[in-house]
Amino acid sequence: MSEHNLYETLQAKFGDQIAGANLEALDEWIEVTAAGLVDVCHFLKHDPDWQFNLLNCITVVDYFEPDPKKAAKAGWEPHLEVVYHLSSTEQKNADGSCFNVVLKVMTPRWKDDQEGQLPEVPSVASVWRTADWHERETYDLSGVMFTDHPDLRRILCPEDWEGHPLRKDYEMPLEYHGIRGR
Amino acid sequence: MAASVADQRVIEFDVRTDEMLINMGPQHPSTHGVLRLVLRTDGEVVSEVEPHLGYLHRCAEKIGENLTPRQWVPYTDRMDYLAGMNMNLGWALCVEKLLEHKLSDKAKHLRVIIAEMGRIASHLVGMGAYGLDLGTFSPFLYAFREREKILDLFEEACGARLTYSYLTPGGATADLPEGWLDKCSAFLDQFEPVIQEYHALLTTNSIFIKRTANIGIMNAEMVTDYGCTGPVLRGSGVDHDLRRDGEEIYTEMYDDYAFEVVVQKDGHYPRDHKYPPVPKEAVLGDCWHRFYVRMLEVVQAIDLVRQAIERYRSADGDWGIPIKLTQKLPKGEVYLETEAPRGQMGFYLVSDGNSIPRRVRARSSCFCNLSVTSDVCRGALLADVPAIVGSLDVVMGEIDR
Repeated sequence: MSEHNLYETLQAKFGDQIAGANLEALDEWIEVTAAGLVDVCHFLKHDPDWQFNLLNCITVVDYFEPDPKKAAKAGWEPHLEVVYHLSSTEQKNADGSCFNVVLKVMTPRWKDDQEGQLPEVPSVASVWRTADWHERETYDLSGVMFTDHPDLRRILCPEDWEGHPLRKDYEMPLEYHGIRGR
Repeated sequence: MAASVADQRVIEFDVRTDEMLINMGPQHPSTHGVLRLVLRTDGEVVSEVEPHLGYLHRCAEKIGENLTPRQWVPYTDRMDYLAGMNMNLGWALCVEKLLEHKLSDKAKHLRVIIAEMGRIASHLVGMGAYGLDLGTFSPFLYAFREREKILDLFEEACGARLTYSYLTPGGATADLPEGWLDKCSAFLDQFEPVIQEYHALLTTNSIFIKRTANIGIMNAEMVTDYGCTGPVLRGSGVDHDLRRDGEEIYTEMYDDYAFEVVVQKDGHYPRDHKYPPVPKEAVLGDCWHRFYVRMLEVVQAIDLVRQAIERYRSADGDWGIPIKLTQKLPKGEVYLETEAPRGQMGFYLVSDGNSIPRRVRARSSCFCNLSVTSDVCRGALLADVPAIVGSLDVVMGEIDR
């Protein structure tokens, strides 16, 4: 599968919803806007040339540097990257490996720069049902709100936990039900 | 509620089966770890199952943001603790993919031996514990008797019986000791005929077939949509195994090995091995087929280990010297999935160019496998719930990380 081919096909079909790509990286990725995510995913899953029927993983990487001196040298603005890894059980490359692709959605760390308001990304649970649990985990640990999700609530942390632990600026609460946190 | 009857001395009551909310709590002998299932049942028929997770969440991913990759290897052991070697392998390959580190042939064959022995050990637990869930105790003991021998071999190789941390980025912590390969071959020669005992106890047992055949049927479209992988995927007839279809860095370990994916094609499983026939009650995608795929994978793993032992003896190179503890990682990110016994285990590593990564993510195979429970158990009987959850063969350590 040629990543270049896929990138060109997606650009031709979706225009500005495809915000960029890095095709020189070890694992090439294609950036999609939040608004176009569900349509792109639907196309990738159902199009007979691609058939990405397996959603392997949804991850969020928090690009935030708490130390201001290191932040100045970082080379990026603070943001979150929601990374989707897809693969196909039907389509194979010439060397026998199955099709794999990485999609990324860039979002700000807080919605409208208001600390505490979670950024929003549309849910792909309507495309792959496995996204249901992956998005619940992402919401729970990294604090990304998935709109149109059938049942968005915490999955690994207890229901009454506060905060999103995998964020870089997360601080353990002082106490939880009488147990000392820090 | 009294309906009116002619004789006022007789009162008729309408016996309703009210909906019950049953808690299969985190402590339960049949839930494969600390899993809480809240069942909504109408009498004996389950209308909804809601799994509650997180009882074993140990923040492995957050810890990974403070340790170097070699220091994080013990955390991978503790994810799927019944297949620790395969978890270590997945992480080791992921880090080597980022470092673009090449291994010698000898190290690759060593990894095949260890990974496939780990697969046998893990499927033995899956099979034995499944029998235990359904109420039979003997297969559990028979399986553990053989598993003890594998664990003894692993203890000789790396010093641990459960949390090995043996396969690290760069290779393995030490070479196999003197005489290990002979002991391993002797074990395989002794183990192969014993598998017939398991077939007699479980696979062809009419009670087992009654409890598992035609139960928890999942079609191919449903399993891929829910992201299920491994024996759950292949038990529904989807021909997909990362040892053949995965990325180059993983499949090159299995290059030139005689290997067939264990999946039913045209009504038949791969014919290289002797096997009991599929009973007529079993439908593709039910619990029995998922169990059967695991049994056949054990037989195939024995074959792979035998091939690997021969190649290891004649291979050149070293066993794979591990990378430095504080090796600086290049800037970049990689994702790699490997075929662990329970499914596809993925590791995602994002690095900024330091020795400590920015983000470490473990994609658990059992997490996705467990997500089908609510859909599959709808309409099943109460006694089928442990049969279905057992056939998915979940380990909570991997789900909660």
